[in-house]
Amino acid sequence: MEAGQVAAPVAAAPKRKKVTDRAKAERKLGWLLCAPAVIAMLIVTGYPIGYAVYLSLQKYDLRFPDDKEFVGFSNYADVLTSTTWWTDVATTLIITVASVAIELVLGMLIALVMHRAIFGRGPVRAAVLIPYGIVTVVAAFAWRYAFDPASGFVAGLPLISDSAAPLTERGGSLLVIVMTEVWKTTPFMALLLLAGLSLVPDELHEAAKVDGASALQRFYSITLPLMRPAILVALLFRTLDAFRIFDSAFILTGGANGTETVSILGYNVLINRVNLGLGSAVSILIFICVILIATFFVKALGTSTAQQRGET
Amino acid sequence: MRTGRSRLAIAVLVLAASVAIGCGVGGDEGGTGARAINWYVFNEPGGAYDQAVAECNEQAGGRYQINYVKLPTDANQQRELIVRRLAAEDDSIDLVGMDVIWTAELAEAGWILPWEGEDRAAAEEDKLDGPLKTVEYQGEVWGIPFTSNTQLLWYRKDLVDAPGDDVTWDEIIDDAAAKGKGVEVQGAQYEGLTVWINSMTAGAGGQIVDQNGDVKVDDSAVVAAEIESKLANSKAAPPGMATNKEDDARLGFEGGRSVYQVNYPYIYPSAAAVGEDFQKNIGWARYPRSVKDEESRPPLGGINIGVSAYSTKPDLAFEAATCLASPEHQAVAAEKGGLPPTTESVYDTPQVQKAYPFADLLRESIEAAAPRPVTPAYSDISLAIQKTFHPPDSVDPNGIEQKLRHRMAKAAAGKIF
Repeated sequence: MEAGQVAAPVAAAPKRKKVTDRAKAERKLGWLLCAPAVIAMLIVTGYPIGYAVYLSLQKYDLRFPDDKEFVGFSNYADVLTSTTWWTDVATTLIITVASVAIELVLGMLIALVMHRAIFGRGPVRAAVLIPYGIVTVVAAFAWRYAFDPASGFVAGLPLISDSAAPLTERGGSLLVIVMTEVWKTTPFMALLLLAGLSLVPDELHEAAKVDGASALQRFYSITLPLMRPAILVALLFRTLDAFRIFDSAFILTGGANGTETVSILGYNVLINRVNLGLGSAVSILIFICVILIATFFVKALGTSTAQQRGET
Repeated sequence: MRTGRSRLAIAVLVLAASVAIGCGVGGDEGGTGARAINWYVFNEPGGAYDQAVAECNEQAGGRYQINYVKLPTDANQQRELIVRRLAAEDDSIDLVGMDVIWTAELAEAGWILPWEGEDRAAAEEDKLDGPLKTVEYQGEVWGIPFTSNTQLLWYRKDLVDAPGDDVTWDEIIDDAAAKGKGVEVQGAQYEGLTVWINSMTAGAGGQIVDQNGDVKVDDSAVVAAEIESKLANSKAAPPGMATNKEDDARLGFEGGRSVYQVNYPYIYPSAAAVGEDFQKNIGWARYPRSVKDEESRPPLGGINIGVSAYSTKPDLAFEAATCLASPEHQAVAAEKGGLPPTTESVYDTPQVQKAYPFADLLRESIEAAAPRPVTPAYSDISLAIQKTFHPPDSVDPNGIEQKLRHRMAKAAAGKIF
């Protein structure tokens, strides 16, 4: 994995003056070897994305196929000038930032526990992973029923009003959605962080201990910096996932009470209203958001690995 | 080790294969033979549809063979599946079990065939007016009404006085609040909310979309918003009102937190499971009025059967649909599936009278029912209504008219709202 670069810092490559024949042949072989994968990707992702771009420039409603016409960027203009889109972006960002932040902290704690577990390592790791193994829709239903005042146990807990129905208002709904996301994907975060954690050499810790560094100091000065690439990768994966949140929010509220995320908006326009043109424009805009997020993290990741190598 | 691995591989293959097969609609993709008629309709758990299919196949004596392809029970999921298949000109669908609100959409897109001549006469024969309206679009008939549905006002005989025929929403909300109990409705943001709002709007003498599909929002929508807001902000609001659907309402009523509910008749047989005494204490009345001097307009649901435009054997399909929706099978659907008939005379059969002690009120309600907007952009319109009237406790009757009109215009124009 990416984290591997931490453990074995690559020696700064000598600057090549010219490309040798051998390097050329190797590069060619490299392309040949990855050609099947590239072709497969083009077919299964390139084509659909291209088709979605094409659709997004059309006025095209499945129910009125005869009205199909090229309308340029007017679908995008419609989406970008609507308050709905921007409210949904804000809602999605709130859910994304809140859930990823909580997951990072909890995931790190769990990763440390899993790393340090002396006995029962296997069972501990397996137990932690259980929520991640449950189908999101099933988990979301469990959370919904738990918070329903008629059938759920939450309203029966001490200190909580018997008629508490958090899913009927915005704050409560967002809270439950974030909790569901955190419950479900913290194990994934923990696993990625554990991989980074296990690459921090023990010798460094021992040396710091000898120098009198406290456990907290060692965590901040040794563990965290060395884990930076692993943390960034984990954040990248989770942020991309969280931004596209659909299933748990759809089951919990269906987008009611101002909890409509961009993916639910896309679903409503594309699948429910079968407005392929407008819906594709929404999808492409979500895609662009995802690319922006990915670029941000990859840039940050690039600088951090470069720092690791001592290039900057 | 080696055998272990190949065994594992086989197991994975078998699993994958069974998953792939299981992906079909209800595990039954229908037949492909020259006489096969595939009927795509929701999975009716009572066995009424199975019986209708078996009897029609027997009567046909081999001329056609209906395959009952089961769809999910959720109406939205049924529609998504049907619409995508029909848009792709899928010729494996012959008959579509259509929710009453799909007629305009499917007809406008050219996905279903109009009923003409003798077929049309059979479709219209002896049908109640409300259900018949749901198959009409632009002067043509697009399906045969099969089952209908409507809501009644259910109340606890042991706890409240029998409401009169002219009982209003205001009165039952005040009565329940005075007793510290609730009124159960469908207040979640989904189709059920459209049903409720549409009925209350019609009950105030207005409509949201007129017969020509034009948006007609007037102050009757304000009356609906006032009732909704009053209930949501009163002591009679059941907990979780903003997330409650039909079954949450039923459970709230059965659990004793509420003394009134508006709901479909399926709650009556279900009440027998709570205990004999409980069912005896359930009374029924006509759907509440929005305003005192105007008759109530109960909701109208149900299933019509349409013939797909891509069917390779439409003649057989029309014949099969007529058989499936025949009065005998409507009686079976009423008895086994709890689905009220669309044919007037079926209400007088002993089966239906026995299944529904309130059969006459049911027929009266269906006749007086307010159909939901008839427009090809129905799903857009319904989403706009749901968004505007949710959450119930923060609906502001003052601004609702303008807000609704704005959203409806965007919905009708195919824009984001």
